[in-house]
Amino acid sequence: MATITTPRKSVAVNPLKQSQPLGAALAFLGLKGIMPLFHGSQGCTAFAKVALVRHFREAIPLSTTAMTEVSTILGGEENVEQAILTLVEKSKPSIIGLCTTGLTETRGDDMAGILQGIRKRHPELYDLPIVFVSTPDFKGALQDGFAATVESIVKELPRSGETRSNQITLLVSSAFAPGDIQEIKEIVADFGLTAIAVPDLASSMDGHLDDDYKTVTSGGTPLAELREIGSSVYTLALGESMRSAAIALESQFGIPYEVFPSLSNLDAIDSFLKGLADLSGLPVPEKYRRQRTQAQDAMLDTHFFFGRKQVSLALEPDLLWSMVHFLQSMGAEVQAAVTTTKSPLLEQLPVKTVTIGDLEDFEQLAVGSDLLVGNSNVAVVARRLSIPLYRLGFPVFDRLGNGHRCTVGYRGMMQLLFDLGNLFLEQEEAQAKH
Amino acid sequence: MIALVPITDAAHLVHGPIACAGNSWGSRGSLSSGSMLYKMGFTTDLNENDVIFGGEKKLYKAILEVKERYSPAAVFVYSTCVTALIGDDLDAVCQKAAEKTGVPIVPVNSPGFIGSKNLGNRVGGESLLEYVVGTKEPEFTTPYDINLIGEYNIAGELWGVLPLFEKVGIRVLAQITGDGRYGDIACSHRAKLNVMICSKALINMARKMEERYNIPYVEESFYGVADMNRCLRNIAAKIGDANLQQRVEQLIAEETIKLDEALAPYRARLKGKRVVLYTGGVKSWSIISAAKDLGMEVCATSTKKSTEEDKARIKELLGQDGIMMEKGNAQELLRVIAQTKADMLIAGGRNQYTALKAKIPFLDINQERHHPYAGYVGMVEMARELEEALYSPVWAQVRKPAPWDLEVV
Repeated sequence: MATITTPRKSVAVNPLKQSQPLGAALAFLGLKGIMPLFHGSQGCTAFAKVALVRHFREAIPLSTTAMTEVSTILGGEENVEQAILTLVEKSKPSIIGLCTTGLTETRGDDMAGILQGIRKRHPELYDLPIVFVSTPDFKGALQDGFAATVESIVKELPRSGETRSNQITLLVSSAFAPGDIQEIKEIVADFGLTAIAVPDLASSMDGHLDDDYKTVTSGGTPLAELREIGSSVYTLALGESMRSAAIALESQFGIPYEVFPSLSNLDAIDSFLKGLADLSGLPVPEKYRRQRTQAQDAMLDTHFFFGRKQVSLALEPDLLWSMVHFLQSMGAEVQAAVTTTKSPLLEQLPVKTVTIGDLEDFEQLAVGSDLLVGNSNVAVVARRLSIPLYRLGFPVFDRLGNGHRCTVGYRGMMQLLFDLGNLFLEQEEAQAKH
Repeated sequence: MIALVPITDAAHLVHGPIACAGNSWGSRGSLSSGSMLYKMGFTTDLNENDVIFGGEKKLYKAILEVKERYSPAAVFVYSTCVTALIGDDLDAVCQKAAEKTGVPIVPVNSPGFIGSKNLGNRVGGESLLEYVVGTKEPEFTTPYDINLIGEYNIAGELWGVLPLFEKVGIRVLAQITGDGRYGDIACSHRAKLNVMICSKALINMARKMEERYNIPYVEESFYGVADMNRCLRNIAAKIGDANLQQRVEQLIAEETIKLDEALAPYRARLKGKRVVLYTGGVKSWSIISAAKDLGMEVCATSTKKSTEEDKARIKELLGQDGIMMEKGNAQELLRVIAQTKADMLIAGGRNQYTALKAKIPFLDINQERHHPYAGYVGMVEMARELEEALYSPVWAQVRKPAPWDLEVV
């Protein structure tokens, strides 16, 4: 339904897009005991690390093969080998997550060959899984790198086993924050199901104190659980970008799947809970029946403030989809939708046009809207246009508590209603006084 | 980029794939009193086709578009690993674009794989020397003209120091580069003295400017009372004007009285507190001096990015028992803190969570911070922040075990 436009220009101004390796790092951080490793120059890792640290306000494990001018010419095999051996010695990771960058993809390092060589020369690494994913900086965006990484994880780590009727796999896209994943895990558990979440940022990037210091992730999906994904009875893919990983599990282990592109509007949450009820054979718990009535009540209270409001969104495709549907379900209208990368969702969005562009495009399109939704880089745009901003996406470095925010399920949706509703309400009061 | 981005009225265009600018633009902590152009992220955002067929055309068009839409005083163009690898001729494109637009287009050959951040700083300095310094004449000069080199106006700290220069009659001709203007830097060859603030980063500029324009340089620091005093005295002595020296002495006397009064309550609370310092270059010794001014004890410091000169200074300041950490990671840092029984860690933002997770008070000293610590006013700010961090009521609470975990005695 939507027309997709890409402005013809040679310079990106104030990019919205972030790189694939950053997405890969984010996905890897949801596995327990992992050390993500960028095959590239030091700067590739440094920028990604700073972005992640600023967003989560946590120590972030991330390492580099530190390619130099010379090794770029000669090939990176030695750097990859050295990096892996050093990490094993110093950090004792249970998994290494290896991804490429623009530099090594341009060079054309034969990663499969390199890894094979290392495996041959170092039989002592036999038990150490190295998940590899190709993530050139010059293609795609954060969401793509994240999705490609989840696909690699489920292709490389799970083993087949006898199906367990109450075990399901949750594939969670980059649209979901740790707080969202926590809520989803709780909902699933309340149906008596055991969920293996990939990646499980809720137990690694949730901000918690441990007794001792580790240089690898202290939480996340444990390797043992990743191995058992083959025994799951069903896959729930949360976010459209998780579809390819779900298909991978279907073709490998014959596990059926369903994609839930959003969990932030009433219809979407209803069908998610209905799905869980069908899977588990249990009725929807009283707790959620109650929450649903609360959510409906909140919709009534807040709809006065949402009606006909013009909202401009600068979000990655999965989040964009979720927010467009949430806003429209409340009577608000989408004035502008700017996103970072291609997705089959974009054409189906119930809006006139979607722009794959930067924040310069966004600033022009968003003039006169009532609300902006986007990451912290949108804050300067919001200031220039004097429009309030609801911060969502990555990175959010000028607000606290990103490890615990939740916008999914009836509870999360209610929070969204109140947060946005309050922004609208404040605006109306300010205008009334003039 | 770290060195040049604080030039506020220029556009900074990164020629490379999205990671190079997209993951980091706008995050430099230096502030501007005028143009905000330097905060915009410009990049050619190379895609697969550009990598295969070359990115020169796209870069040329990008420069023209930036000029057209944002009228910058100049455009700095940064090469990256990928564009260096595919062999884009940055210098040629910049020259062509400069001829076409009539605006200075400065190439910076800074692919990440050539080395560290320090080297990048030097590369930035080379570009300034090659393409900017000496391309314009100032409207007028005075015998009291200086350049500040290597001060980046992080959290606006320059604004705590500039009034001091003004008071004694020293004119800052060019700020290289904190809150800097392109035009001022172009005139900077007419200064009488270069004052280096971060001793390592742009040392090549000071040396070359001495060679080319006969401008002597001094290495100074704005952190701590003793260093700030010495900085003003040295500048006055180098300029060699007795009246100026007298004005400086008077200013120091006035500021010292004010400062002692302002610092007295903090000194009492901070006295004898033990800190571990983990930072680079000039800060590894200048902050020691600031901490000593407050009566604090520095029990260890890093010497990772320090020059031999820096190290000699550190040794002098630390004394016998001080530990110098040559190399370090988070684990090593925690070990040293435990060993020295330090009360807090002063370090860059990246170690913040190392300290916090170990439940150790922390003060951020690097470019991501939000508080200015330079000059006399900065000293009070730093004392306030240190006191706040050390005496926060949270430490007792986060270290306290839950009552149900206490063993029954």
